[in-house]
Amino acid sequence: MSDIVEPGLAGRPQGHGEAHGPHDAHGSQGTFRSYMTGFVLSVILTAIPFWLVMGDVLDDTRTTGIIIMALAAVQIVVHMIYFLHMNTKSEGGWTFLALVFTLILVVITLVGSIWVMYHLDQNMMPMPPHEAVQKP
Amino acid sequence: MHEMTPPPGATAPVFYEQEEHAHGDGGTLFGFWIYLMGDSLIFAVLFACYGVLGRNYAAGPSGADLFDLRLVAVNTGLLLLSSITYGFAMLEMDKEKARTTLIWLAVTGLLGAAFLAIELYEFAHLIREGATPQRSAFLSSFFTLVGTHGLHVTFGIVWLVTLMVQVRLRGLIRENQRRLMCLSMFWHFLDVVWIGVFTFVYLMGVMR
Repeated sequence: MSDIVEPGLAGRPQGHGEAHGPHDAHGSQGTFRSYMTGFVLSVILTAIPFWLVMGDVLDDTRTTGIIIMALAAVQIVVHMIYFLHMNTKSEGGWTFLALVFTLILVVITLVGSIWVMYHLDQNMMPMPPHEAVQKP
Repeated sequence: MHEMTPPPGATAPVFYEQEEHAHGDGGTLFGFWIYLMGDSLIFAVLFACYGVLGRNYAAGPSGADLFDLRLVAVNTGLLLLSSITYGFAMLEMDKEKARTTLIWLAVTGLLGAAFLAIELYEFAHLIREGATPQRSAFLSSFFTLVGTHGLHVTFGIVWLVTLMVQVRLRGLIRENQRRLMCLSMFWHFLDVVWIGVFTFVYLMGVMR
């Protein structure tokens, strides 16, 4: 049966997920060039935040915080593309869909937890100090 | 009905068999990807814990008092290097060269072990100074988050050694190639988590 299928598979465009064909099903999809590009980019994206924080480059810690968070986000995307070979086509888009779904859950978890807990103190019933001391 | 049986020699328009082929081994990698997504939810929850508790020092030491960023920078470098060496191992695997694949895997394992050694040294140093997980909510969430990442690296190294033995015994057969690709995703994924750790825990912790 596979002999009949092969011509059809050979005609499929490359970069179609992990399944290029019966004999090429295990290509790791990376090239020396792509790995080196990812590596150099992530070295740069790691060096900048460490330099910013260790060298006290900016006076404003809030600005530094925003910059290093943005750099971390960019570096995660770089790793996804060059090391994890993430694209919108592999497995017919299901890999990407799973990633998007997870990202939504991660954002809800992170933002939701921090937001709720940040407001928890404000929404507590006021309690005089001497009562608070007697609480276990 | 007669349209379904093509004349001999003609290329049959087969649809569902292609689909089956596409998911033959790709299904494993996709399943492993789903596992990694679940794993990233675990880390998201631990990051959320750290985000909520990370500033409750209980009059104890803060990140600025404890963290040595030079150590973290070295550790980050080691993990990044281990990512590229694993990539080289995968490239050698594509060329069906078992020997060089094993060499690059060994280098990756050594870099991972060095990362773990430095992390354990850091933990031991913190505990010696009295900054134990019981000291404050900040330290509890710190040890849980960073320790879970360290545990993942530990199991990654166990897995790596197992696969090196497998490749030595059986060579780069299809099954071993598939296993190596799963570990590749796992290893690079740990690097992605570490980006979050060094940014949110160490760099932001020192700034506060």
